[in-house]
Amino acid sequence: MLTIKNLHAEVEEKQILKGINLTVNAGEVHAIMGPNGSGKSSLASVLAGRENYRVTQGEVIFKGENLLDMSPEVRAREGVFLAFQYPIEIPGVSNINFLKTALSEIRAHKNLPPLDAKEFLRMSREKQKLVEFDAQLVNRSLNEGFSGGEKKRNEIFQLAMLEPALSILDETDSGLDIDALRIVSKGVNKLRSENNAFIIITHYQRLLEYIVPDFVHVLYDGRIVKSGTKELALELEEKGYDWLKEESREKATTI
Amino acid sequence: MPNDNEIIDNIANKEYEFGFVTDIEMDILPAGLNESTIRYISEKKKEPEWLLNWRLKGYQSFQKQKLPEWQNFELPAIDFQKISYYAAPRNKKKYNSLDEVDPELLATFAKLGIPLSEQKALTGVAVDAVFDSISIATTYKDKLKELGIIFCSFGEAVQEHPELVQKYVGSVVPHSDNIFAALNSAVFSDGSFVYIPKGVRCPMELSTYFRINTENTGQFERTLIIADEGSYVSYLEGCTAPMRDENQLHAAVVELIALENAEIKYSTVQNWYPGDKDGKGGIYNFVTKRGICKGANAKISWTQVETGSAITWKYPSVILQGDNSTGEFYSVAVTRNRQIADTGTKMHHIGRNTRSRIISKGISAGEGNNSYRGLVQIGPKADLARNFTQCDSLLIGDRCGAHTFPYIESKNNTATVEHEATTSKIGEDQIFYLNQRGIDSEKAVALIINGYAKEVLNQLPMEFAVEAQKLLSITLEGSVG
Repeated sequence: MLTIKNLHAEVEEKQILKGINLTVNAGEVHAIMGPNGSGKSSLASVLAGRENYRVTQGEVIFKGENLLDMSPEVRAREGVFLAFQYPIEIPGVSNINFLKTALSEIRAHKNLPPLDAKEFLRMSREKQKLVEFDAQLVNRSLNEGFSGGEKKRNEIFQLAMLEPALSILDETDSGLDIDALRIVSKGVNKLRSENNAFIIITHYQRLLEYIVPDFVHVLYDGRIVKSGTKELALELEEKGYDWLKEESREKATTI
Repeated sequence: MPNDNEIIDNIANKEYEFGFVTDIEMDILPAGLNESTIRYISEKKKEPEWLLNWRLKGYQSFQKQKLPEWQNFELPAIDFQKISYYAAPRNKKKYNSLDEVDPELLATFAKLGIPLSEQKALTGVAVDAVFDSISIATTYKDKLKELGIIFCSFGEAVQEHPELVQKYVGSVVPHSDNIFAALNSAVFSDGSFVYIPKGVRCPMELSTYFRINTENTGQFERTLIIADEGSYVSYLEGCTAPMRDENQLHAAVVELIALENAEIKYSTVQNWYPGDKDGKGGIYNFVTKRGICKGANAKISWTQVETGSAITWKYPSVILQGDNSTGEFYSVAVTRNRQIADTGTKMHHIGRNTRSRIISKGISAGEGNNSYRGLVQIGPKADLARNFTQCDSLLIGDRCGAHTFPYIESKNNTATVEHEATTSKIGEDQIFYLNQRGIDSEKAVALIINGYAKEVLNQLPMEFAVEAQKLLSITLEGSVG
């Protein structure tokens, strides 16, 4: 589904991704871990097409097409979904109207008519239930006055509604208490299928107890320095990141 | 992805949709202003002597007054002698039915989205159409008459209901009020008149559509609305003008009178020609609007969506004389290119337990400048008066400006006055967030703007809320990408 080859990117002339290689197939969950400043969130931003990130080298193929050629909204319509680390507040725009607009755009891209009001409402109720999202929040202004946890849960609700092929969860666990974490994870687990894939960016192993990944990658200084299975996450929890930093520094000097 | 400069350029390049000119034979008074101009207009309209005298007093006040200097923009020099004060389509005797109206005029209004034939008219909306200096047609007049409602042109009201006009004209905005009100009192040519009898709830929206067509003319209309005890009316005005390189002056006066237990809701969707991207041309929209809640429990509510004009300069106000009376002001003002808006309201609390609410939303793009200016005045007898003011400013790009000038004068220590103000920018973050959900930047901006202005748009009558929403989107179309 997604192939990242030798991806280099910079932000404000600062090199931040220095050769990322990653392949994600349908049905897989990949976790990306790493210390602060290693480039985890930058990778998410580059994939979503955030403006101030400039790709200097490499390519990203998504469902057989060059993702980097697409505008952010086309990437979204093609099925790339980013659950934001800091979801944005948009006053006066109701959550449900926003989702209706978004869903219609995505459907139009696939030459499908917009869902009629009744159908949309039914779908919305069903997904609210699936991800345990408070019905009251659905009619409020988009993220306005939501608590940190409510905002993150709203990201998962949107994910459920828009049914993307590839979901990137950018530190969705940060700022969540244990109950919220459990609810969010439960939602994601229900949404996992043979046809979609997840990239879960996290700082802690905690989230991975609930959403069990197929692969774990460690990002350090703009590169993936180690890949493994879920056991790697446990090892990191135990030993921290320092041993990997050492390892990568040695590697860098020998090259 | 666009940057701020592209945002600004795109906004600037958006064309004005209503810039066409109607080619029709007109009677146009040569430019110039003196006593004989006023006598000409008055005679042309077959006015009684008291009205001519009142006009002449207005002219005297006008001559004594100087142009103000307190506004937050440079007032361009206005040569009052270069303006023509009267322009009317030729051959107009008096239309008895729409069939007699020049088809060219009907076509003009149809093109503006205001069909005047009642079969085609907006359901539930009666329209008075004003073309340059005179009223062309008023729809649903007979239906309203059955309820005792008077809805006609100002000129007609002078002929048919002189006692009402004489009693109320100038009672809220005196001819000496300010230089533009004085000028209007001297040379006003037409406008709308509304009277709602005791206890009647007007069953449809009343609306006036103002169109400036002729070059080098000014439009000086007067609107007078009287809601008798326990009555209700909702009134809406809309306006457009052709694209021209010269500036044109629009100096209107609106007076509202709400007696005991009456309610007047007055909405404006103003889309005068704003000038081109370099600030050439456009309407100077210098308007005096004021209402009085004369009796107890009366209510006056102003709602305005201001997207046009080179300069918008007005402060729809309410005098809260009756005890327990309520004044409201809801405003969205958009400025782009070189447009200027200096607008707000005045709430004069005189009676006891009077309430006022002010919600102002400014949107500035391009090199537009938007100022909110408001006065909340609590008199010594206004026990327990309450005011809530919220003024928000939204900036698009970094070459525009937003300013707030709130004044509060309280002479009663039982009053409560609250003021909240915010300034925000449409963030790239907000646009990116919506992009990431599949919504392109243009739609994203429209969504954000309409969300921002929602509290005000919700106040508009249903039939017009959608129009206003569209107008906002169109006005800011091309704001990104």
